[in-house]
Amino acid sequence: MGALDNLKKLSALDGVSGDEKPVRDFILSHVKDYVDEYWIDKTGNLITYKKGTGNGPKVMLDAHMDEVGLMVTQITSDGLLKFQVVGGIEDRVLVGKRVRIGEKGVPGVIGFKPIHLQDKNERTGAVNKKKLTIDIGAKDKEQAEAKVEVGDIVAFAYDPVDFGDNKLMAKALDDRVGCAALIEILKERYEFDIYGCFTVQEEIGLKGAKTASFQVMPDIAIILEGTTCYDLPDTEEQGMSTRCGKGPALTIMDRSVIVDRDLLNHIVDVAKRNKIPYQFKQTISGGTNAGRIQVNGTGVKVAAIAVPCRYIHTPVSVMDKSDFENMIRLAKETLKALPAAGNLWGTGKTDINLYREQGGVEYV
Amino acid sequence: MFDIIKTLAQTFGPSGNEKKVADTISGMLRGKVDEIRTDAMGNLICVKKGSGKKIMLAAHMDEIGIIVSYIDEKGFLRFGNIGGLPPLIILGQRVVFENGTVGVIWYEENIDNMKNVTLGKMFIDIGAGSREEAERLVKVGDMAVFVGDTVEQNGKIISKSIDDRIGCAILVETALRQPETDNEVYYVFTTQEEVGLRGAKTAAFGILPDLALAIDVCDTGDIPNCNPMAVKLGGGPAIKIKDRSVIAHPLVKDLLVKAAKNKKIPYQLEIMKDGGTDAGSIHTTAGGIPSGGISIPCRFIHDAAEMVDLNDVNNAVKLLTEFVKSC
Amino acid sequence: MNECGELLKKLGSLSAVTGRENRASEKIAELFRPYCDEVKIDHFFNVIGIKKGQSENPGSVLVTAHYDEIGLIVTEIEDSGFLRFSAAGGVDPKAIGAMEVIVHGKKDLFGVIGTKPPHLIPPEDVGKAVKMDDMRIDIGYDGKKAKELVSIGDMVSFVSPPQELLNNRIAGKSMDNRSGVAALVEILKELNKLRHDDDVYVVATVQEELGLIGAFSVTYNIKADLGIVIDVCHGDMPDAPSDETFPLGKGVAVAVGPVLDRRHTKAIIKLAKEEKIPYQIDPETGDTGTEAAVHEVAREGIPVILLSIPSKYMHTAVEMVCVDDVIATGRLAARYIAGRVKE
Repeated sequence: MGALDNLKKLSALDGVSGDEKPVRDFILSHVKDYVDEYWIDKTGNLITYKKGTGNGPKVMLDAHMDEVGLMVTQITSDGLLKFQVVGGIEDRVLVGKRVRIGEKGVPGVIGFKPIHLQDKNERTGAVNKKKLTIDIGAKDKEQAEAKVEVGDIVAFAYDPVDFGDNKLMAKALDDRVGCAALIEILKERYEFDIYGCFTVQEEIGLKGAKTASFQVMPDIAIILEGTTCYDLPDTEEQGMSTRCGKGPALTIMDRSVIVDRDLLNHIVDVAKRNKIPYQFKQTISGGTNAGRIQVNGTGVKVAAIAVPCRYIHTPVSVMDKSDFENMIRLAKETLKALPAAGNLWGTGKTDINLYREQGGVEYV
Repeated sequence: MFDIIKTLAQTFGPSGNEKKVADTISGMLRGKVDEIRTDAMGNLICVKKGSGKKIMLAAHMDEIGIIVSYIDEKGFLRFGNIGGLPPLIILGQRVVFENGTVGVIWYEENIDNMKNVTLGKMFIDIGAGSREEAERLVKVGDMAVFVGDTVEQNGKIISKSIDDRIGCAILVETALRQPETDNEVYYVFTTQEEVGLRGAKTAAFGILPDLALAIDVCDTGDIPNCNPMAVKLGGGPAIKIKDRSVIAHPLVKDLLVKAAKNKKIPYQLEIMKDGGTDAGSIHTTAGGIPSGGISIPCRFIHDAAEMVDLNDVNNAVKLLTEFVKSC
Repeated sequence: MNECGELLKKLGSLSAVTGRENRASEKIAELFRPYCDEVKIDHFFNVIGIKKGQSENPGSVLVTAHYDEIGLIVTEIEDSGFLRFSAAGGVDPKAIGAMEVIVHGKKDLFGVIGTKPPHLIPPEDVGKAVKMDDMRIDIGYDGKKAKELVSIGDMVSFVSPPQELLNNRIAGKSMDNRSGVAALVEILKELNKLRHDDDVYVVATVQEELGLIGAFSVTYNIKADLGIVIDVCHGDMPDAPSDETFPLGKGVAVAVGPVLDRRHTKAIIKLAKEEKIPYQIDPETGDTGTEAAVHEVAREGIPVILLSIPSKYMHTAVEMVCVDDVIATGRLAARYIAGRVKE
């Protein structure tokens, strides 16, 4: 399947928040023939526009291009690299990982003090990332400085692996699953105008979604995401969030958003009618671009469809391929059936253009 | 006034699910304002047209509650919080779902220290014997709110969801009195305040008012051994100076103080260390909207029984009416 | 002290506690006026200096530095005349014991924040951090007089006159971010010597310490093609992490990171090298905690550069900066604006 192939290629590319260019270039080359217009905005979002065959609401589809990573913050006198994380990465995940640094992709590893040499507190205590460094093999500061600069972005260097029963392991599944799905969705034409937005800097605070939605001013937005999943046997069922292989997950509420009831019901209806498996995300932790987009302008009706990803925010995230395929199906069918779901717009809708004209006091 | 408060307080409306409250309010105001509309986030916007300043008055319709996240095979419900729920205070409380199903909140009793009783260790019992039986009444994603009568006693009102149906009631009452003014007044009943001041943001963007007030509740400092705060129950409506979300615009604050002094309405000045209001999100909307607030001193905020003084409420209506006329 | 140092001392003596900057806005405007075509104070008391560009089709550059300062706010006037208070901005309760203050009541009133003598501290409280709720301001009046003069909500600023120190350093309250405002004036002065195509909006913003509030308003109202934010970053200190702090006197800290526009940031670093303006690299992995986070996502997005002046002892009454760094910041920003490459 083409989409899965794209997903693998996308996950192998580096796109840490703020440096999404490699991912954006790949996406652009794969969607530009299918859309009517596109532009890269000032924040780096790739916004594509696909005209509808009829009238209807303006729909924004969002998938974020960025992934969590690291940044070099200092080069020590012995040529090691101090770093800080970009986005949320748990400290122990960093230990013993392969990384690529900067535009040139200088290889390095994150070392760790051997257990034999750790004192008692270190043995029983948690990892402290402030004590970790990246080793590129440099013999001294000078040699390291010739290869790497302070401020260079660091990405995990992990290639995707097919394994087990229909599983895929890869870095950055959050949110290359969304990107790959959105590429696929844009290949078809729908009844109303679609804005496919590949956004930047979700992991450091839902940044790109804010500027993208301001430009698009959508009526409806659907967020395509990778979401938390921990369906391991020692977890009580209510704490699993989602389960791998049980279908795409629909968010009802998280820390950033309470999704629109009507839109959610519409998606559930579509899933049932088309016999597409789905599940509800069972925890209310985390946040997505849905939260940012919902409060844009005079308000947007939002929902999120996500692929459950085990070990999210690590270089060894795992998903079930069927969830990914079903996410694409569910999103496409949802869009096709949208014109029939008349309660999603119509009465009470305010005139967005009017508010745009009233854009506030302006000095320029 | 009490009837309006009671009707509104007893209407089901957790964050994201405020439609019933909106319907109730638009029923009350139909014919009394020039326009009633809603936006994509469900805010209810009632407009009294005029040629003067655009004034936005906001009170939030949503109340705190719980959302079902999982139903186990024995029929017990696990849940997450909608808005700020103090864990130990909700133990043993009744909650009610939109369809009338009642549940009791309890906890896993084998926990040693009550401090470790987090929401994750709690469940709701709706008397179901199995998952199937439970699912006939409640589904994952359904929301419930506290059960709690609305009573008047000794000049005070005790009820669930005073926060912020009291603000809604004050706006309704003010709108019904139809203050004489050239100003264009937007009575805005907002959504999703308890989960992050969300509805007010889009409502304000749609209106772009010249100034805005949030009508909400604030803590008091007059119960035994509590955190210090100068506001007292019955001391008059509180004019907001600062809360966690905003420092009131000096102009708005001064206008309110002037209005109170002109009409000899008792008032207090509010600095609330915890908690924010819609004023915070309106303040930073678009190019910035000067915002402030009138708060009703309220004891036991976010509990199933909140308490306000009816005099403060009536004086808030007077103050708001005068404010709308004089600014 | 040189001209910039004297200006900074003047700025450090103003009081503009966050949320109530109106008392200082006109004074800031006065400082901008000699160098601008127009100066406005907006509805939030942001002070906006406008300097027109020479191009027929000018772009626009927005430079912001906040001029509010942290302080205290009176929450209650006790019958005894002592004042209870809470923080306006990020005040560390440990750093305000035995401070001189001015309470901005009906008139400015001198006061001190009292502390309990060590002799009277019960043994169980020794070594514990003190809470703001347990402190009082003493203005030396009884309750009746105090209530006459002071109202709940009155602001309190710290008394800490700017002190010149060795090596062109100045210490005092509100160097965060009056040093940034001094850099704004430096930019205006420099621009008067240079040709610049773009219209430049130099803005001293309000309520940064309350959550970047002033920046929300100006970045929305002024549609800019480029944003430059000037704020302070942490100066180096013996027990602070060396990759998050920057030495004083070693130049302006140019931030690199996801929030900052990479192309402009690279270009300004190149310019600093060419012009031999001292600079340091400030890696910022998150949203920087500065107004740059607001610029970045304002409207359709404003590409933004963050320049920081290293400041030791941030959010105390003795914040310390080096005037040379302020000048470097102003020069670099002005030269970048003047020589800006068009997209």
